[in-house]
Amino acid sequence: MPQLLLELFSEEIPARMQVQAARDLERMARERLAEAGFLPEGVKAFAGPRRLTLVADGLAPAQSDRKEERKGPRANAPDQAIEGFLRSTGLTRDQLVEKDGVYFAYIEKTGRPTTEIVAEMVDQIVRGFPWPKSMKWGMGSLRWVRPLQRILCTFDGEIVPFDIDGIQSGDLSEGHRFMGPRQAFRARTFEQYAAGLEAGFVVLDVEERKQRIGHEARTLCQARNLELVEDDGLLDEVSGLSEWPTPILGDMDPAFLDLPPEVIRTSMRTHQKYFAVRDPATGKLAPHFLTVANIEAIDGGAAIAAGNARVLSARLNDARFFWDEDRKVSLESRLEKLKGVTFHAKLGTMYQRVERIETLARAIAPLVGADAGLAAKAARLAKADLGTGMVGEFPELQGLMGGYYARAEGVEDAVADAVRDHYRPQGPSDAVPSAPVSVAVALADKLDTLIGFFAVDEKPTGSKDPYALRRAALGVIRIVLEGGLRVPLNQVMPEAVAKDLGSFFADRLKVLLRDQGKRHDLVDAVFALGDDDLVRIVDRVDAIDGFLKTEDGANLLAGYRRAANILRAEEKKGPLPTGPASIMEGAPAEEQALLVSLRVAQPELEMEVRDERFSDALDTLASLRAPVDAFFDKVLVNADDAAVRDNRLRLLAQVRDAMGLVADFSLIAG
Amino acid sequence: MSAANSSKTPLSFQDLILTLHAYWSDKGCAILQPYDEQVGAGTLHPATVLRALGPKPWNAAYVQPSRRPSDGRYGENPNRLQHYYQYQVILKPNPPDMQALYLGSLAAIGLDPTLHDIRFVEDDWENPTVGAWGLGWEVWCDGMEVSQYTYFQQVGGLDVDPVAGELTYGLERLAMYVQGVDNVYDLRFNNAGVSYGDIFLENERQFSEANFHAYDVEVLKRQFEDMERQVPRFLAMTGPQGQQLVLPAYDHVLKASHLFNLMDARGAIAVAERQSYIGRIRDLCKMCAEAWLKQQTAA
Repeated sequence: MPQLLLELFSEEIPARMQVQAARDLERMARERLAEAGFLPEGVKAFAGPRRLTLVADGLAPAQSDRKEERKGPRANAPDQAIEGFLRSTGLTRDQLVEKDGVYFAYIEKTGRPTTEIVAEMVDQIVRGFPWPKSMKWGMGSLRWVRPLQRILCTFDGEIVPFDIDGIQSGDLSEGHRFMGPRQAFRARTFEQYAAGLEAGFVVLDVEERKQRIGHEARTLCQARNLELVEDDGLLDEVSGLSEWPTPILGDMDPAFLDLPPEVIRTSMRTHQKYFAVRDPATGKLAPHFLTVANIEAIDGGAAIAAGNARVLSARLNDARFFWDEDRKVSLESRLEKLKGVTFHAKLGTMYQRVERIETLARAIAPLVGADAGLAAKAARLAKADLGTGMVGEFPELQGLMGGYYARAEGVEDAVADAVRDHYRPQGPSDAVPSAPVSVAVALADKLDTLIGFFAVDEKPTGSKDPYALRRAALGVIRIVLEGGLRVPLNQVMPEAVAKDLGSFFADRLKVLLRDQGKRHDLVDAVFALGDDDLVRIVDRVDAIDGFLKTEDGANLLAGYRRAANILRAEEKKGPLPTGPASIMEGAPAEEQALLVSLRVAQPELEMEVRDERFSDALDTLASLRAPVDAFFDKVLVNADDAAVRDNRLRLLAQVRDAMGLVADFSLIAG
Repeated sequence: MSAANSSKTPLSFQDLILTLHAYWSDKGCAILQPYDEQVGAGTLHPATVLRALGPKPWNAAYVQPSRRPSDGRYGENPNRLQHYYQYQVILKPNPPDMQALYLGSLAAIGLDPTLHDIRFVEDDWENPTVGAWGLGWEVWCDGMEVSQYTYFQQVGGLDVDPVAGELTYGLERLAMYVQGVDNVYDLRFNNAGVSYGDIFLENERQFSEANFHAYDVEVLKRQFEDMERQVPRFLAMTGPQGQQLVLPAYDHVLKASHLFNLMDARGAIAVAERQSYIGRIRDLCKMCAEAWLKQQTAA
């Protein structure tokens, strides 16, 4: 079956956009081909620095013939309407089919040649491509991510002819900008295309580019007994910056190794897109770097290595300047500068924020076993590095630099560690702090953010969360849960925001538990009890989750619902009888048995819940399952005798309330 | 060893400029002289900011001395200066082979792309004080940014149509690379023994002090406001053919912009005021851009 080959050749596409562009191209092509009735055997898209490529195999040479049904006006509609319908369909009145008083037209559509469909498809794709940012160029009106230079489009070995804003389709492509033949080559099949690119020093597939980089980089390092510091984000980026990626190992002046390793790595990564290299024996950074060039240079890369080494030296000299200058000024004295930095228009300056964090950290400290004085001191210094030259240059080193500078000033290790770690966790894979002082400051930092933005009504909506409040809440939850910390949240949240913020935490907790494969509706059932202790909440959820998976649990839940439904129905008629049920003379054995079971279970439950022995509590609840089932089986609640009925309603209310000690079971979904 | 072709002596600073002049002259550019106002970047020369707008083709190249008062380091930093040179090329409409033309200019100054790693790295250029933005790249040579390459999309908040392509070469940095020099003051300015430091070191010392400590903030503020008022005043006046006096008005935008940079270096602009100052300059620039575009499309 024939093959479609498309290449959109442009000037350099930003590396960060390439992967998504390949996905979009593939999706758009699939959708349009499917709309036209094609069932390609395979569609694959590629993206690289200068090209987006699509190959689709197994396309028929033409669309199959189709019969299109169109609904027209009612048969008794005015002539005008019917004539209009005839005009638009190109049929005569006797060709229409009447069904239930409505005219239908059946139009035979001859399948169009695939080339026509493809020409339209490419036009739509080019004009509607969802680039994050696009531009115009020259005299044209077309938009693309950077100037679109050429379009190769062939089907079944022939050029698909079309013109998009002056760009004529053809069968030409070209290889590497600087290497190889440096002239356009013809390709009418993917095979020819791939061969032309290979001869032209272009690796089409990003995965292949990554493998090539990884493999050659490791080989270069091993040859010198070094180890590459892996960095997937950087690998993604550099694999979009070269068509013929060529790793080169360069040397760095070892004198720079006295800088903090994070500074060296960040400078290498953000400014220069270099990988760092370490000594496998010590695990420490080695005085080398690995850059990924776009050419195999005629001198083997010596000039490239030397040039990059000089640039890196200049960068690290800047970093050393900041490192030296920053340490001349104490962190404490930098606080003054934060008075001039606005945190948020409604939330005051950074200095005011520091004061709030300090107060919070002091309050949280005893709850997490930290020394309040140290926590307050760390909180006070936590943001001081924002005024340093290094953090100005590398914002992602905030916290970390503060930690280094604090240590250099000789403050307590616990304080320096807390300054360093208080932004953590910074993502789902980042570890949470566990040292008590660090925990206190990390919680205070996040809670201040949450409390502040909730107080000025800047809550996240939909996909918008400009202040990363969801991440902050998740950070609090993870620190507390992973540390097994007993922090009553209501005690650290001002009353004005406690309700909103509490349900925000509940939502985040649900997301976290869902991601862990747990039932999120159980969170609602537990939160409804008004508990604000995350560890206890999760313990309860775990216990209930386990319980509901047992037969006893499932049955008891059913019994609970039945009881709750009856009570709800009765409540509508009038107030329910109050007080405990009693053993009535002549009552059925099942009624008496249930009451006895409840009398035994109730105090046990209360004790177990108080001691937070939730699985025990649920075992106790399980002991109610048989008597509840038997009760519903044999006893009619709605007895004629009002006293009997009231007693049975009391009994049901007791069942409901006993279970309510563990969770609000009415909020658990079926 | 120098980065450039080692068989020849690498270009001196002035030969670098002369080579670029010869190259772009050969490609049909008008070779202009620097604009005689203090500006922060070559883009601000009316030959770029104003001429980018309007339907008329325009190809020009020039050197523009650029002042960034807060970048002064008293001559003590090897690559930071408060006064430096940019080489600026503007091509409207951008020719389809502009990238090749640009690479040709690098080859002309001795950067061989089969020996050096030349790459186009995403960089979306934006200059909020003149309401301008465009898409393009930083061009890297062996990991060093040697040029900024931009397709202008808007200037003064107005669409640039046809699109103008802009190239900005940081001359000192480029020369340091070509000559293999680590300190800007060690650059050979010519081949007769004059160094960059001989000419500019004292300049950097005196102006760094002036920028950071000596300018009178009150005077700067007053001058800024004076200049601000002059812009609408000139735009309200007409020349012999009845045209608005856009070009003189624009000179005052440049003056205001430089005064703002001086106040900034003096630390006289509070964080909260910054955006408002930038907005004021942008408004002035926008007024000029609109008036200019009107003249261009009417003519």
